[in-house]
Amino acid sequence: MLGQDPAIDVRGLTKSFGGKLALSGLTMTVPRGEVFGFLGPNGAGKTTAVRLLLGLSRASAGEGAVLGAPLGSRAARRRIGYLPELFRYQGWLRAGEVLALHGDLAKVQRSSLRDAIPEVLQTAGLAGLANQRVDTFSKGMQQRLGLAVALLGDPELVLLDEPTSALDPVGRHDVREILRRLKARGVTVFLNSHLLSEVEQICDRAAVVDHGRVVAQGSMAQLLQGPTVRIRCSGISQDDLGRLGHFGSIAREGEWITIAGPGEQDIPAIVAAIVALGGSIFAVDPGQQTLEERFLQLVEPG
Amino acid sequence: MAVWVIARLTFKELLRRRLVLALLALTAIVVGLTAWGFSRIPGLHIGGQPLTPGEVQLASSQLLLLVMFMFSFVLALTCAFLAAPAVAGDLESGIAQAVLARPLRREEFLVGRWVGLAVPVLVYAVLSTSAVFLLVDWTTGYLPRQLVPAEAALVVEGLCLLTLALALSTRLSTMTAGVISVIAFGTMWLGGVAGAFGQVFHNQAISDVGVITHFLLPTDGMWRAAVFAIEPVSSVAAASHGFGSTFQVSQGPTMAYLAYVGCWFVAVLVIALFSLHQREI
Repeated sequence: MLGQDPAIDVRGLTKSFGGKLALSGLTMTVPRGEVFGFLGPNGAGKTTAVRLLLGLSRASAGEGAVLGAPLGSRAARRRIGYLPELFRYQGWLRAGEVLALHGDLAKVQRSSLRDAIPEVLQTAGLAGLANQRVDTFSKGMQQRLGLAVALLGDPELVLLDEPTSALDPVGRHDVREILRRLKARGVTVFLNSHLLSEVEQICDRAAVVDHGRVVAQGSMAQLLQGPTVRIRCSGISQDDLGRLGHFGSIAREGEWITIAGPGEQDIPAIVAAIVALGGSIFAVDPGQQTLEERFLQLVEPG
Repeated sequence: MAVWVIARLTFKELLRRRLVLALLALTAIVVGLTAWGFSRIPGLHIGGQPLTPGEVQLASSQLLLLVMFMFSFVLALTCAFLAAPAVAGDLESGIAQAVLARPLRREEFLVGRWVGLAVPVLVYAVLSTSAVFLLVDWTTGYLPRQLVPAEAALVVEGLCLLTLALALSTRLSTMTAGVISVIAFGTMWLGGVAGAFGQVFHNQAISDVGVITHFLLPTDGMWRAAVFAIEPVSSVAAASHGFGSTFQVSQGPTMAYLAYVGCWFVAVLVIALFSLHQREI
């Protein structure tokens, strides 16, 4: 049955532009109702992947389905809401007219559009602005309008490409709330984002892509490497850090070193080891590895 | 239907951007001035003698051809400037990403754009030319021999350039598509002039240039069809005796040529559809 197919199911999706690989062998399955984070540095292939899912771009190799229909098919696109990274809408239209246009193109009944337009505008934080021209909107308001466009017509899958790039902290909070409501309604969300803390807060699972390849994929628990210990110290050389490697994977940022893996019970031994190596310790901060720390580990050059 | 949604959107853009208003206002001024100018012709004198009715007719027909030439030039340029950004503009700005992610075929988008531009151009051209023809008839008594074919030829001439610019717009930037269209229009006109010279001087090679240009882009071919429909019988006769020019032709378009023009439209639109279908958005 169509409704039981995964929201996204792609195998070996590859895209190259003139010999330059933009996406290499993307294989992933996003079940229905999940909020899926798609992470990666600039130029990693995130937007290319979204365009392939929508059929805006054609895959050089690989295959897949969205909502049980072939990639880019009209059957799939009918049930997808999309906020592009480059969100631009006709500036000479009013916000309500932009939504009516997309409603018509998505074949939403005119009668239901009358209620749906104010509703999605309210959800996106643009209540009462249906009659305002888009070219009078700030960049943030235009991104909110894009979000309203993506939510129009009760899509089963919402593809959001950097949905908070132009938003202030209040706007980002609003987007998080919208995503939570979508998830509660069983809508699948595919979220391209640089804002790792948000992805960490909202997403059920995530994939990290770098140089066109998926370098890690799984639930948040699988992606993150559990507890970490952050230590502010001096007098420790790079060679000394290598001698601490048996405690876990180590990253250094200025005076702070982060060791991923050890629990609180290992802290005295770590402190003793650093002191034995001639280091001076100023602070010790046990915690969980953040997605940002994991992300940096995964996509660090070299 | 998605074609009508896009066509409606395109027309709304012309209205919102005040293009329709600007065109109508400028046309009203030009038509008014034209009518005033033509109204002076019957009162003109040559050697102290008023013009005979025949001379009024001849002067009016020649002046009308000049006015229509300018009109066809303006219409063609307008078409190029309207169509060049019709697809490229949306692609460059990113608007197309959101629109084409909707469940519409790219073909529907392109045809919608064409219809949304072609219909206003057709209505505008018919209204403007009708106004000029009727005012000239009212002020001088000269009416083109074939009104409907004259208007149809001028409309088709504009639509040729509109279709070419739209096709180029699927691959090239707004600026490039517009510039190429305008240059193509000018080149075809020059080719037509060369062809007329070739006929006058019985030079087959130069004459063939005119024939080739009429097939490459039928704008000049359609202009000559309009000339034939507008000019008086005396001009037809003069052209038949080897005095053909851009403003004086001996025969109208053949049915075969008109059929070719129809095929040209279909072919260019099919190429445009294929081009847009294949490109990355």
